[in-house]
Amino acid sequence: MLAEGGEEAKVLAGGQSLLPMLRLRLARAELVVDVNRVPQLRGVWEEADSLVIGAMTTHHDVIHDELVRRHAPLLAAATETVGDPAVRHRGTLGGSLAHADPAGDLPPVVLVLNGELVAEGPRGRRTIPAAEFFVDCLTTALKPDELLVECRVPKLGEGWGFHYEKFRLSAQAPALVGVAVAVRRENGGIAEARVGLTNMGATPLRAATVEVALAGADATAEAVGRAAEAAAEGTSAMYDLSTSPEYRAHLARVLTRRAVLAAAGSE
Amino acid sequence: MNRISVNVDGTTYEDEVEPRLLLVQYLRDRLGLTGTTIGCDTANCGACTVDLDGLSVKSCSVLAVQADGGEVTTIEGLAQGTELHPLQRSFHEQHALQCGYCTPGMIMAARDLLRHNPDPRPEEIRHALRGNLCRCTGYQNIVQAVLAAAAELEAGRGAATSSEAALA
Repeated sequence: MLAEGGEEAKVLAGGQSLLPMLRLRLARAELVVDVNRVPQLRGVWEEADSLVIGAMTTHHDVIHDELVRRHAPLLAAATETVGDPAVRHRGTLGGSLAHADPAGDLPPVVLVLNGELVAEGPRGRRTIPAAEFFVDCLTTALKPDELLVECRVPKLGEGWGFHYEKFRLSAQAPALVGVAVAVRRENGGIAEARVGLTNMGATPLRAATVEVALAGADATAEAVGRAAEAAAEGTSAMYDLSTSPEYRAHLARVLTRRAVLAAAGSE
Repeated sequence: MNRISVNVDGTTYEDEVEPRLLLVQYLRDRLGLTGTTIGCDTANCGACTVDLDGLSVKSCSVLAVQADGGEVTTIEGLAQGTELHPLQRSFHEQHALQCGYCTPGMIMAARDLLRHNPDPRPEEIRHALRGNLCRCTGYQNIVQAVLAAAAELEAGRGAATSSEAALA
């Protein structure tokens, strides 16, 4: 059906972004394909060292899933900040990822977890690393006739700490800036850190300079604060009516420091 | 046109609807259930919150065809005859409404909260109602009303348990 609809077709997942966009005439679709009644697209299961989350698993189910809470607590924590309870009852992980909103909370989480996205289409099934999936603002590597079916994230075991820090201007506003952090601690210090940024560019970004600076650093406010100074390096926050790029760069530095300290357990 | 069958507040309706019809428009314009209000109709304000298959949803962001085969509860399905639901009564008694436009959605969202958290703290109530806007900004009394209803429901459960115990 998607192949027949071509560029004019849209997949309806949870509908919490697409339906308002259609209402506001920000999106148009000749054909809307509702995939809500495909049970194979829902659920969470384990495959060796990976956790597999069906694309149509709702935010509500992700938050309450025991496997997610055990093996990908960062995903559960960030998902708890998405929208509100009613939106989380309908909205889905796959829908959020395929929507690829720069202010979306979940794309940087999947990026930081080194996740993979599985797409299916008329030419079969293929796996796309998160780093290649987010192409531009509201644009992914999915072809018009492909459907996102799974999100796979490697399980991160003992020694890892996580945190998602988000700043918004009001209770209902999307993230102005968000920071997703995974930290591996060793001998009281930070052995390895991964830092993902929400809304600091057209796509989710990794704060690579911060990650390098944190490798082998002490988990102290001073050391982490120094590393976090580079959080806005290489970013290009999109133009926004209410805030300046300088303000968002400042937020990225402050939130990175907070998120890394929280993930390292030294708040 | 698509054929749907949907149970709303205990009555099953069979209808032909356009695929693009929103659930909230179906409830109000087709079924005449205007207790559910439309505020923003873009998933922000929560005025149109109803239950779909046991979970709160914003009915402006669900298509009527998606409710096919489902069970919907609106604000109009809460009272038992003339007996108001404890949340309806406490919103009245605690003066938790001014213009009243957001109230149906507030009550449906609060009901969703109390189903899985019967004894919420005030900050948990505020989190649960994050997606519901009151432009009269009467949030203090709304939180008070949810606390009062939670206490009443809790007392009701306690009474039921003790009377069962007495019978046993």
